[in-house]
Amino acid sequence: METPLNKDYNATNLTQNIEIELLIEAIYKRYGYDFRNYNKAHLKRRILFRTAALGLNSISELQHKVLHENDFFDLILKDFSINVTEMFRDPGFYATLRREVLPMLRTYPYVKIWLAGCSTGEEVYSFAIMIKEEGLYERTQIYATDFNPISLETARKGIYPISRIKDYTANYQMSEGKQSFSDYYVAHYESVIFNQDLRKNVVFAEHNLVTDSVFAEVHMVICRNVLIYFNKDLQNKVVRLFSESLVKGGFLGLGSKENLMFTDVVEQFTVVDGKEKIYKKKII
Amino acid sequence: MDFEAVVIGSSAGGLKALKTIILGLDKTFSIPIIVVQHMSPHSDSFMSRYFNQLSHLQVKEADEREPVRPSHMYLAPPNYHLLVEEDKTLSLSVEEKVNYARPSIDVLFESAAFAWGSRLIGIVLTGANNDGATGLKKITQAGGLAIIQSPETAEVPIMPISAIDNCPDAIVLKLEDIPLFLNKL
Repeated sequence: METPLNKDYNATNLTQNIEIELLIEAIYKRYGYDFRNYNKAHLKRRILFRTAALGLNSISELQHKVLHENDFFDLILKDFSINVTEMFRDPGFYATLRREVLPMLRTYPYVKIWLAGCSTGEEVYSFAIMIKEEGLYERTQIYATDFNPISLETARKGIYPISRIKDYTANYQMSEGKQSFSDYYVAHYESVIFNQDLRKNVVFAEHNLVTDSVFAEVHMVICRNVLIYFNKDLQNKVVRLFSESLVKGGFLGLGSKENLMFTDVVEQFTVVDGKEKIYKKKII
Repeated sequence: MDFEAVVIGSSAGGLKALKTIILGLDKTFSIPIIVVQHMSPHSDSFMSRYFNQLSHLQVKEADEREPVRPSHMYLAPPNYHLLVEEDKTLSLSVEEKVNYARPSIDVLFESAAFAWGSRLIGIVLTGANNDGATGLKKITQAGGLAIIQSPETAEVPIMPISAIDNCPDAIVLKLEDIPLFLNKL
C-alpha cells in the first residue's frame, strides 16, 4: 500500500538512515569511538531520542553540534553507553559463580578478574562483595573497564540512588549473599555510598573493546549485556580478545541472552553452566 | 496485501488473551509473530514453553541476532527490550525502562515499523498502562495496520483505551475476532 503518507514516511526513513551512517562515521573520524559495527536499531533509537529531546529538525543538525561544539559529544557518548545496570543483576548468575567457579579460583595464589564494560560500577561492587564473602578478596585484583570516562567516574565514586536499594537487596539475597546487604553501604539523604574498602583492589580504567587490545592476563572475564549491541563480526573480534586475555582454565561469564555458540572461539571453551552462560577456557 | 510480520503488545491479562489468539489461528497461518508481554524481570521461560505446546507455530524466546522466520512466534525475554533490525533480525537491549517496562511494547513497535513499514500489523491487547500507544501510532504512520482489542473484551481496558485515543483510525476488534481477522489476510 503506497499511500502518500506512507511514501513520505519511507523517504524520511531512508534519509534518517543515511544521516545516521554519516553521524557514526563523523564520530569515528573526529573522536575515534567506533560504533560502525553496532546494531543499528538501538543506535537509531538513541539518536532519534536525542534529536527530539533537543528540538532539532534533523540528525544532520545533531551531527553539526557533535562536530562543532566541544562538550556536546559527551552527551552523545552517554546516549550510546549502556548506563543501565543493577547490582546482582540475574542473581542466579552470581549464585552459580559462588558454587561452581570461585572454589576453583581459590586454588590460585592470586586472582585477576576483568569486568569489561563495567559502566557505572554496580557490577563492580557486586563482585567485590561476593568475592569478599567467598574469602578471596585479599588476593584478588579487579580490572573494571569501560569506554566511557564519565561512567567510570560514577563507578569510582560508588554512590547510587537509595531508591534502587530495595531491588538490589532482593537480588543480593537471591544471589546467596551471606550477610546483611546494608553492611556494605552508608545511607546519606537520597543516596547510598558503598564502603571504601570494596574498591581497595579495584583498578578502574578506560578501555574500548572495539578498538583496544589485550592489556593483562586474567583468570576470569565478565562481560554481560555488551555483546548484544554488536554485529557478528564485532562479537567475534571481542570474544577473541577475551580468549586471548584468559589463562588456560580461566572463566568467561556473559549475559543471559549471550552465547559463544556461534562465535569463532567456541572450540576453545567448555560450558560450565549453559543457562547462566559461564564458560571455561580449555587447558589444551 | 502481503503482510510480513505481526507485532503484539500485552500486559495485565495478556497470557489469557494471547492464548485465545494463538488457539484461534488457522494451522495455515505462517506470518511471523513477535510479542512483548510485560512480566517480572525474574520470570523463567514458562510462557514460551506453554505456548509452544498449544500452537502449530514454533514459539520461542527471542535470541539476539536471530532472523525472523515464517511460522515462528518470538517472545521478548524478561528484563530485555526486543527490537527488530532493518535486515529483519532481532536484537536485544538493556537500556532504561520505557513506560516503566522492560521489555517495552513501544520499543518493539517503533523498530518493527522501521523494518517493515506498511507490511506490518500491530496489535495492542489488555493491560493497565499506556505502553504500546505511541508505538502503534508509529506503525500507522509507516502505513502499517493497527488493531486494538476492544476495551470491553479486555481484562484490563486501560492499555486498549489509551491506544484508541492515540490511534483513532485503528481497527477495534473483540478479542475472539482478532485471530479470525488474521486468518483472512
